[in-house]
Amino acid sequence: MIRLKNVVGSYRTSRGSINAVDDVTIDIPDGCILGVAGESGCGKSTLMKLIYGDIVPPMTLSGGSIEYGFTDERGAPVTSANITRQWFNRIAYIPQSSMNSLNPVVRVGSQFLDFPGPDRDKRRVLETVKAYIVKLGLPVETLDAYPHQLSGGMRQRVMIAMATFFQPQLILADEPTTALDVVVQKDILMLLMDVQEEMQNTIVLVSHDMGVHYQTTSRMLIMHAAKAVEYGDSESVFASPLHPYTGMLINSLPTIGDDRAREGIPGRPPSLWQSLEGCRFADRCPLATARCRAEEPAQLDHRPGQFAACHYAGETPEKRGETKWR
Amino acid sequence: MAVILRTDHLNKVYRLGSLARSREVRALNDVNLNIESDHPVIVSVVGESGSGKTTLAKTLLRLVEPTSGTATIYDKTIAGKGIHPPKREFLASVQPIFQNPFEAFSRYRPVDAYLQETASRVAGLGRDAATDAVIKALASVGLEYADVRGKYSNQFSGGELQRVSIARALIPNPSLIIADEPVSMIDASRRMIIINLFRALKEEARRSFLYITHDLATAYYISDFVAVMNRGAVVEFGTAREVMSDPQHEYTKLLLNSIPTTRSRWRTRPTLASA
Repeated sequence: MIRLKNVVGSYRTSRGSINAVDDVTIDIPDGCILGVAGESGCGKSTLMKLIYGDIVPPMTLSGGSIEYGFTDERGAPVTSANITRQWFNRIAYIPQSSMNSLNPVVRVGSQFLDFPGPDRDKRRVLETVKAYIVKLGLPVETLDAYPHQLSGGMRQRVMIAMATFFQPQLILADEPTTALDVVVQKDILMLLMDVQEEMQNTIVLVSHDMGVHYQTTSRMLIMHAAKAVEYGDSESVFASPLHPYTGMLINSLPTIGDDRAREGIPGRPPSLWQSLEGCRFADRCPLATARCRAEEPAQLDHRPGQFAACHYAGETPEKRGETKWR
Repeated sequence: MAVILRTDHLNKVYRLGSLARSREVRALNDVNLNIESDHPVIVSVVGESGSGKTTLAKTLLRLVEPTSGTATIYDKTIAGKGIHPPKREFLASVQPIFQNPFEAFSRYRPVDAYLQETASRVAGLGRDAATDAVIKALASVGLEYADVRGKYSNQFSGGELQRVSIARALIPNPSLIIADEPVSMIDASRRMIIINLFRALKEEARRSFLYITHDLATAYYISDFVAVMNRGAVVEFGTAREVMSDPQHEYTKLLLNSIPTTRSRWRTRPTLASA
């Protein structure tokens, strides 16, 4: 279990400090694929960096704590203070557009050897790498290729192979399929699911495509303007979303065979520079009342393991999901 | 009925590598399309990267010359070996919108300068008439001239800037707008603003669109016709409804089956006991 407690991630700039992740408290159960959704600028990628422990100025973890639920070599619990020692071995990160971060002048095989693994014998490591990439459905010749000789889908598969080579307990994947075509995207997502099923590790998957989340995740976290607005089992989040934002995200894009007009979500998340009062979604919400504008909604459990930060969440969830915003 | 778009045995072959070890890539392989209508239409071209959809767009925009074959837009032959339509007349009838608006506008030049220039050079308007045309074009995409004037591209969000580039394309009153992946860089929640704008422009301003995309769901949502491309060839063509609800070609079926929908799952996921 990974526990995030009141996590605040801020960026300090000459204009002052803003919280890109504001007071996020969630428990991520072991062995699940957690989907993180929300629009650009809602704090998804910052949350990934905080969990990975890649905290470098101007970003800081200015409040709260993260417990990873596993211990280091000396038996001390791993927290955000010492997670960086676990990079590659226990926790892996596939950043956004990472397939472009392969070194263009080094063959793929040699790049595998750059990781600080326990085995010092390079030839033996290379043999293991070969066996592993074949298992992931890549041809052996991939290791002799330079990155530019591979297609985008192959490069992304190489990145997944690198990230999962040491069988980490936690994999963070930030928009792993955004630049890819639908057919390749499906292959990559299936690969991630296969890897997770076999290793039984935890994957945190960031995407703004709710279809991708529906296909792959077992739990969902919805973020809006740096806040966690809904968190729960994917099944119930998709079937009857508690927060209006979740429902709008799910229904914002058209589906084939459905001719209803789609409007997207009106407005945009509020700027984090201004002082924010009440619910941050109030200005975009068709159901907002005076209470929403004055009083910030608390994260309340509405069903076991599913919370939403909305004053009117769960009152008439069925109605909300279906009639109010198609 | 007017021929909105016709391609006649359109081929484009790229040669790669050195003279001695050259390799041929058929980016367009005998593309034959014929779309005739009295009303403006939205035609989608869907396919994966490398399927030739962008080469088709570039050929129709005269950015690449086809190796053989011809293309006709609104009854005028505009592309083919030795075909050189008058440049201004061509630009006034066919206008592009590109994928990344931040690459379409220079960071060091206010965006309204591009609009003014299109109005004076392509549409051939005088200074006052040009400004009026810019104001009108911006209004039709839901933007105020005062909010755009003097601003640089980095002062806009992706969706807003893409609307500015649509406004720019509208200024010379083109009959066909070629939009190459116009929403793939835009946040999912704001994609529909652009897509609905295309539909409104078709109905109110009577513009036709060639919408190039790999997003089949939005293609279904706005288009009248869909052409599915694979390896440079059009493998399936028909009305959007026909192609998407009753696909005939295996490749179209593969594309449709790969869309992550929120309707049915590719495979069942184990549900976890709640934390």
